[in-house]
Amino acid sequence: MAGGRILDAEGLRKSYDGREVVAGVSFSLRPGECYGLLGPNGAGKTTTLRCCLGLTAPDAGSITLAGEPVPARAREARARVGVVPQFDNLDPDFTAAENLRVYARYFGIKGDAMDARVPELLGFAGLSGKENTGIKTLSGGMKRRLTLARALVNDPDLLILDEPTTGLDPQARHLIWERLKRLMSAGKTILLTTHFMDEAERLCQRLAIMDDGRIIAEGAPRDLIRGHIEPQVVEVYGEGAPEWASAEAGRFTRRCEVSGETAFCYVADAAPLLAHLEERPALRSLHRPANLEDVFLKLTGRELRD
Amino acid sequence: MDWTPPRFSLRALAVWRRNFLVWRKLAIPSVLGNLADPMIYMFGLGYGLGSLMPEALPQFHGASYIAFLATGTVCASAMNAASFEALYSGFSRMHVQKTWEAIMNAPVSLDDVVVGELLWAASKATLSGTAILVVVSALGLVQPPMALAVLPIVFLVGLAFAALGLIVTALAPSYDFFMYYFTLFVTPMTLLSGVFFPLEQLPAAFQAAATVLPLAHGVEAIRPMLFGRLPEGLAVHLAVLAAVTVVALWIAVALTRRRLLR
Repeated sequence: MAGGRILDAEGLRKSYDGREVVAGVSFSLRPGECYGLLGPNGAGKTTTLRCCLGLTAPDAGSITLAGEPVPARAREARARVGVVPQFDNLDPDFTAAENLRVYARYFGIKGDAMDARVPELLGFAGLSGKENTGIKTLSGGMKRRLTLARALVNDPDLLILDEPTTGLDPQARHLIWERLKRLMSAGKTILLTTHFMDEAERLCQRLAIMDDGRIIAEGAPRDLIRGHIEPQVVEVYGEGAPEWASAEAGRFTRRCEVSGETAFCYVADAAPLLAHLEERPALRSLHRPANLEDVFLKLTGRELRD
Repeated sequence: MDWTPPRFSLRALAVWRRNFLVWRKLAIPSVLGNLADPMIYMFGLGYGLGSLMPEALPQFHGASYIAFLATGTVCASAMNAASFEALYSGFSRMHVQKTWEAIMNAPVSLDDVVVGELLWAASKATLSGTAILVVVSALGLVQPPMALAVLPIVFLVGLAFAALGLIVTALAPSYDFFMYYFTLFVTPMTLLSGVFFPLEQLPAAFQAAATVLPLAHGVEAIRPMLFGRLPEGLAVHLAVLAAVTVVALWIAVALTRRRLLR
């Protein structure tokens, strides 16, 4: 890569029909790390990725991908990158093995070079023995894993994944996470978007929270939790929880958010609040450490995004 | 809109190859399907109408009506094969299966994808034209040595209609849209291009209109060659088909960029 940065985005802006979907986004990936872009639907994550891949030209800003300026030399840059798109677009006319072979051709990788790679990639994806299976008969999780294997045909330096586990069951998600960790230990750099906080917390060394086309917070998951929110959360629910929250929660916490029938109380020390709740058997509670989802909801609000 | 000229590379051939590999899986039914429709018309009209015209007429280049019709059918079937591929199959790959998007995540540009599709649709047109040529040659309706020489022209006809079809595909919201193209453009053009009857039978205004129709130029170039003669104004016919290909491809690429790279 001739000393070039793996991915560097500076001041990206992109508008559609007068609405600024990406409004000044800058971030930079360090080699070997997993970097997450988190945000509610419509935050501008996918558009940011499309800009980075040279699939749409930003209105302003500059991008360096795999040492190449994008979009000017996007084609050359993409030769060093693997992409797992948000929606599976495997080739339905081909078998699993054919999908990998045909895709390799788009990178200029010929049949012979793929002879050894195909079983290796299918094995990595947990699809050994499915070489000749048609795409239409694969389960959702299998398709996702095959898409991941397809993104590796060119042995990329950087892997870009757009919501890699959306729509998968827990077993399938854990398998994908395990594979991504293996790729990281093999030295790959990963950029992923997600709106699953556990996924981000588990995989990402650093992440950026996006909302309304901007990065509103960036850092390591632990640092974000430490920096943005009280360490303890007491969720209070059951009959009369909202009334309790408005009448009494203020004595124990400076921040108490009510969502539906549940009050989320953020505190540094949960003991006084828990003692108080002991005396209210009608209220039920859950005490837990604060997590990334709490940060996310604090920063982006609890309203629905559609 | 981004009107910079199409910039494509050899990676376009990987797109062509992808389509070829899919076609190969179903090659025999596909060729038979390509042959059936034009053959039915050719034999139905050729023998049915042809029996009313037992003499070899000068308007038919001194050949029988069925031979006249066969030479036009080679062209018309190339046009149809290219159009169907660029419209229905192209739209499936672009819009329904998102195959183009998958390809563009690799080091293949959108221009490469469109050019790959263009070459593939023209290849299918050539295949379709070849299949018909084989049948009509076997029946002794055309002159075999010259028949081989028309294949590059059949390919050029395929390129022109593939490029025009890709414009329509770039604009199409759904499959239904393609009916307009066939009903309003392809069918009238087929009738005005001398496939079924000599152009000279038409009023002067229609004959004048035919001079801008790419299919008419294809027919004018190919028919005499199949009867063993060099066509008049061959260079003009080829130039028109080439110009249609270049201009239509340029427009198709610009429209597809607007659709997919926004």
